[in-house]
Amino acid sequence: MSDTTSQILGFIKNRFPQAEISETDDLFSVGYINSLFAMELVMYVEKTFAVTIPIDELLIDNFRTAKAMTELIGRLRSAVAVG
Amino acid sequence: MTELYEPTFESSTLPVRGRADARAFVNEHIVAYADIWDRAGAIPEDLLAKISAAGMWAPFLPADLGGSDMDMVTLGEVHEEVGRGCSSVRSLLTVHTMLSWAMHRFGTDAQRQRWCPDLAAGRVLGAFCLSEPGAGSDTSGIATEAVPIADGWILNGGKKWITNGQRADLFMVFARGPASTIALLVPSDAPGVTVTPIDDILGTRASMLAEVSFTDVELRSDALLGPSGFASGMVLTATLDLGRYSVAAGSVGIIQGCLDACADYADKRTVGGVPLRELPLIQAKISDMVTDVRAARMLVAEAGRLKDRGDAATIMATWIAKYFASTAAARHANEAVQVHGANGCGSHYPVARFYRDAKVMEIIEGSTEIQRMTIAAEAQRKWER
Repeated sequence: MSDTTSQILGFIKNRFPQAEISETDDLFSVGYINSLFAMELVMYVEKTFAVTIPIDELLIDNFRTAKAMTELIGRLRSAVAVG
Repeated sequence: MTELYEPTFESSTLPVRGRADARAFVNEHIVAYADIWDRAGAIPEDLLAKISAAGMWAPFLPADLGGSDMDMVTLGEVHEEVGRGCSSVRSLLTVHTMLSWAMHRFGTDAQRQRWCPDLAAGRVLGAFCLSEPGAGSDTSGIATEAVPIADGWILNGGKKWITNGQRADLFMVFARGPASTIALLVPSDAPGVTVTPIDDILGTRASMLAEVSFTDVELRSDALLGPSGFASGMVLTATLDLGRYSVAAGSVGIIQGCLDACADYADKRTVGGVPLRELPLIQAKISDMVTDVRAARMLVAEAGRLKDRGDAATIMATWIAKYFASTAAARHANEAVQVHGANGCGSHYPVARFYRDAKVMEIIEGSTEIQRMTIAAEAQRKWER
């Protein structure tokens, strides 16, 4: 598991201490995501990993799992590096 | 409505870049007129133009979009100062701020370029349309509906208690979309939009409230603000968070206004030859105002600092700041009327207006009850660890 994924899981665990979540568990199916937590999650990802998530990346599949978020962060960093 | 505004001297409208500028602006252009506007039920166009000239509508926008890159801590200080002078004016700033910030945060490049410069300059004034006759904080009860068509949307429904609804040029309307609640940009002059003023309200009487109805309003696809999927709720959550921050700051301003009025009154008024300021029960009220205004100001500043850092903890910090500041404002406005005695019930002192306006602060952008539930839930979550 990457450091990024570990950090994301740590954030979720901090918000929901009772949660047992793996990097591939669907956060939506276990009921952890509401609009408030979605906003917190986006702010956390942007601040912690120094990325800006564009509107067209605010898709459910990008936030469904910790692994998907890690991949999103990787894509955004690559885009910045290339740009 | 310009006859309502009678400046005592030709004034400057230097750009407002921080608290000191805002305080000078408010003292010069607002304080002496707030009760007049309150009775008239409107803010004059002349004052709106002065706010534009001072760059106060959306100073947090980047310079290339017409703003001045103001940070959130400073924005809170500006809104506090305006709230000290007139909660109705601060309300107009709040809803305009909500729309402008959402446009910048969630808008496409084309939307930003189209709207942000006009919003920053005050050429376009915004309003936030969420509440309905049957739905306030309960967004699941929204009945206004947006139906997708080939190249846009058809909007039907109605909104109530819309601050600046009478004057706004652009509405940010929340509606039931195909899969979730979505935000749509609706010009006030679009065919099918009807604005009906709401008069004779308890507080913020000059905030130009309106009911706004939408009857088969046709909108292009670029009217959609933000994503339409899972993150669409985030637009509402994030925008309300900023509105809550502004109301919290404005509530600090009300407390400061109460303190200023009471200190002045207690200094001049005598009872049996003794100045009010020397009476222990009056001193107790004033000391509580001094203490609470500092505490509330620090809570707002903390929420602002977290916003400037992009820290998700700002959401709860803002709930707490708004809860503390709004309830303290209501408490101290009540005491401010008491300090003024019968004079506090009349129209020659601002405290009656503070009293009515403060009550509104306990209801808007999340009622006190909703705030307490949210704050308690957070405490419970931490306790369960």
